Amino acid sequence: MRVFKMLAVFLAIALVTVSPVLAAETIKIGAILAVTGPAAFLGAPEAKTLEMLVDDINKHGGVKGKKIELIIKDSGASPEKALSFAKQLIEEEKVFAIIGPSTSGETMKIKSVAEEGKTILLSCAAAEVIVNPVAKYVFKTPQKDSHAVARIFEQLKKQGISKVGVLSSNTGFGKAGKEQIEKLAPEHGITIAVNEVYDKAASDLTAEVTKLKAANVGALINWSIEPAQAIVIKNARQIGLNVPIFQSHGFGNIEYVKAAGAAAEGVIFPAGRLLVADTLPKGHAQKSVLLKYKKDYETKFKEDASTFGGHAYDALMIMVKAIETAGTDREKARTAIENIKGFVGTGGVFTFSPQDHNGLDVNSFEMLTVKNGKFVVLADGEKKAEKKDVKKKK
Amino acid sequence: MSGHKYLQTVLFAASVIAIQLATFFTGTGHYLTQLTMSGYYSLVIIGLCLLIGYAGQISIGHAGFFAIGGYTTAFLTTYDLSSVKAGAVAGLLSKTGMLVTREDLYGGQALSLHPWAACLFAIAITVVIAYLIGGPVLKLKGHYLAMATLGFGTIVYKIVLGSEKFGAADGISDVPGFLLLPGLEVSGKPSMRVMNYYISWGLVIAGVMLLLNLVHSRVGRALRAIHGAEDAAGAMGIDTAKFKLKASIIKSVRYVAIVAIGGMANLWGSLIMGFILNFLSLRGYFGTYDDAVFGAILIAIMLFAPEGLLRRELFKDVRAFFSGKKPREGRQ
Amino acid sequence: MNIDFFFQYLVAGITYGTIYAIVAIGFNIIYNTTGIINFAQGEFVMLGGMISVALHAFVPLPAAILAAVILTMMIGAIIEILFIRWLANPSVLRMIIITIGISILVRETALHIWGAGVRALPYFTGSEVSAISVGDVHVSPQVLWVIGISAVTVTGLNLFFGRTLPGRQMRACASNRNAARLCGINAKNMVTLSFVLSAGIGALAGCVVSPITYIQYDSGTPLAIKGFTVAILGGLGNSMAAVAAGLILGVLESFSIWIMPTAYKDVISISILLLILFVRPSGLFGNKEAAGLKEF
Repeated sequence: MRVFKMLAVFLAIALVTVSPVLAAETIKIGAILAVTGPAAFLGAPEAKTLEMLVDDINKHGGVKGKKIELIIKDSGASPEKALSFAKQLIEEEKVFAIIGPSTSGETMKIKSVAEEGKTILLSCAAAEVIVNPVAKYVFKTPQKDSHAVARIFEQLKKQGISKVGVLSSNTGFGKAGKEQIEKLAPEHGITIAVNEVYDKAASDLTAEVTKLKAANVGALINWSIEPAQAIVIKNARQIGLNVPIFQSHGFGNIEYVKAAGAAAEGVIFPAGRLLVADTLPKGHAQKSVLLKYKKDYETKFKEDASTFGGHAYDALMIMVKAIETAGTDREKARTAIENIKGFVGTGGVFTFSPQDHNGLDVNSFEMLTVKNGKFVVLADGEKKAEKKDVKKKK
Repeated sequence: MSGHKYLQTVLFAASVIAIQLATFFTGTGHYLTQLTMSGYYSLVIIGLCLLIGYAGQISIGHAGFFAIGGYTTAFLTTYDLSSVKAGAVAGLLSKTGMLVTREDLYGGQALSLHPWAACLFAIAITVVIAYLIGGPVLKLKGHYLAMATLGFGTIVYKIVLGSEKFGAADGISDVPGFLLLPGLEVSGKPSMRVMNYYISWGLVIAGVMLLLNLVHSRVGRALRAIHGAEDAAGAMGIDTAKFKLKASIIKSVRYVAIVAIGGMANLWGSLIMGFILNFLSLRGYFGTYDDAVFGAILIAIMLFAPEGLLRRELFKDVRAFFSGKKPREGRQ
Repeated sequence: MNIDFFFQYLVAGITYGTIYAIVAIGFNIIYNTTGIINFAQGEFVMLGGMISVALHAFVPLPAAILAAVILTMMIGAIIEILFIRWLANPSVLRMIIITIGISILVRETALHIWGAGVRALPYFTGSEVSAISVGDVHVSPQVLWVIGISAVTVTGLNLFFGRTLPGRQMRACASNRNAARLCGINAKNMVTLSFVLSAGIGALAGCVVSPITYIQYDSGTPLAIKGFTVAILGGLGNSMAAVAAGLILGVLESFSIWIMPTAYKDVISISILLLILFVRPSGLFGNKEAAGLKEF
């Protein structure tokens, strides 16, 4: 008997939770974010940012008189869950658009679901493959990996370095960066002497950096988003590998600088301008947007704003902008995104087209460095100083 | 015994149909998506249930077998053979009709192994590996056995993560749909939902029948063979679901825990428990507390109902009910 | 490849090995008194690190570490009293599942208290970049701290089990629980004590390794898996064997990076572990009879 009872209970639960009371005057926006789990440092600020912005928009009367209804699903960075949630949001909730997922692996998993469901997907994940090749309904707001790599290679050229060692973690992010480095190295005249992939939970990387030292590389490029990116610079300095260290845009989190302490000094990495908003010149296009977001976020949540939360900011604001121009017709809104030109966001100035679903160019990255435990723009003068400094150490 | 065995299976099949009909009449067909995914996970649970519950062996690396089967199929069905078309092996394969041409996501043509051939190959390879490592590993005892299975799972996981051919951290996406019979395709498309629900749970029913038959026959001698066969069923399940595959050690522990809280030697308990937990997790009912709830359930059940929440007595009660007898009191 | 690099790899291997060994010792203490593997052992390491970092904002480093160790010991005692003490004759598998559940709960609680960020204590001496150099071989001072504290811990444990009354009572329970009980030893208290002890050692490990490895809410599980591997490799229940096995595994991993891609580091070390287990089913230094006593 209990089997049937259980089935009945189960079905009752199912039915109760389904009742979709659709208030006609709202726009439903779904979000699949890794609020907890191994990518929580991405998903948590993204979720907070969206909640803050949606509250604010609704307080000011919504978009075109309609309030936004935000549905956040915590995927815990699991691609299976992301897939399940994407189908739920599209088929059941019939959302207008989906923001997220936070990681590239999850995004690639649901790309085809969004396409088949004809639902706009604004990913907050970095990997280039999300928008290249272009899928009709899939967009992304973080800057491209290839641009980050290109900026790093330009910097290497300025410093006269051509032989590098590459370390990356065994995650989707690490893999995507490694592929771009391998692809772009020949055209920039860079040789990769050592190319190692380490475990994302690595607790010490002394042996890996020793391999780099033995190969006598001119610079170390590390591509990861885990604590390992702070561990690697510490270990490199400890064994006396005093070459310039380059990191990915994943380093844009002041926590890692604090964790690496003195070893973080002089690390160079490409990042959006949010981290250096205060020091931007007065007339800079992004300055006011960045300062406002930073101030709002930091007052509300009492923690440092990160570029990751900024990706969610850009995704939501681009969606709002598209609805303002084209109304709540999904197809028209999709076309409207492709027509957005010169939209100022936290990640850069977005100009979309049917061929470009990212909308950012290589200049959306600024080369930053760490000075006295803070992020600062790597100005030309400092670059020279950096070079001298490194030579002295050698 | 055999009468009850069939009764159980028929009841199970009836519930599977009942759930589908219920979703149909209440207009909640989208639930089938998560129901189907839970079905495939249930196949792993059946294999584990046999190993832990009936054979008395612990395996924390079971997801390793799941991954071998899944990755082999995914790799073979997505690997583009166009460039080696002229080669001897490819030529032989195409003559025997084992190759298919299909269109990839971006309109290009790709030539790859037929899903059926890939699947059979995957099952064979999983069985062989299970057989090879089963011998020495099963000689170990207690925690040493647990470590060996965990180690096996880790090795599979790390090889996949370290190999470009298996997509490293991204896994393999865009595994083609699986044509069982003309018109019967395994895929994630919404229009195929009902069909895929039945394929998934049909496999579970087949697995259950296989297991029940084995359990009720002279089991001992067949142990190693079963070990492989069950895992191969898991392998078949995962690729058909068009899942992107990711092996995970943590998930292995989750499966063991599910089997334990379902009642160790209790196939039905484990199945229902696994189904409910996976389903709720895939629906996102617990939000950011998903893992915490799982941990709390684990502890609570192990503290207060160590024989499993859904005990065998459950079915004794059902049987007693049908035969008109008074339900017996729980034995503990 | 010159001799300096050889020693640099060796130093790296010893660093890994010592970290693994100190976690493995925690496993062994509880295994000896209860016959189970406490899968929440990694969580003690995490808690020690997290609590000490939180306290270090208010009090000096030694006080923060001491307080963190004591607090974690209390948590260990609470866990044992709440979840394990009152179970009448639990099966080993049941205990394993309970400890897995505890591990998940502790981890998720830590996530909701401290968030997902990484934390670390400052280097005990020197800074992130300082190193003691012998020729072209460089060692971080913190590595010496880890090795030193581990050595003191192992010596202390040996004295405790060999020379003190509670230590001897715990050993008595380990070899024959019923006989120990007949001699008037309170076996239940001994189990609680073993949890307190291994929580304390875990927490101390978390404090000393945190400047090297960093600590976040989910650092426990990977450390626990390595610790378990080492405990098994050495032979369960034997702390000196755990130290030897830890060093062997650490050095193996380190040198495998020298010749192979890093991605396969764990594949190599675990394959070797499996091969050893096939030849010696009770670990390198394990006793066959002892392993047979404690089964599922």
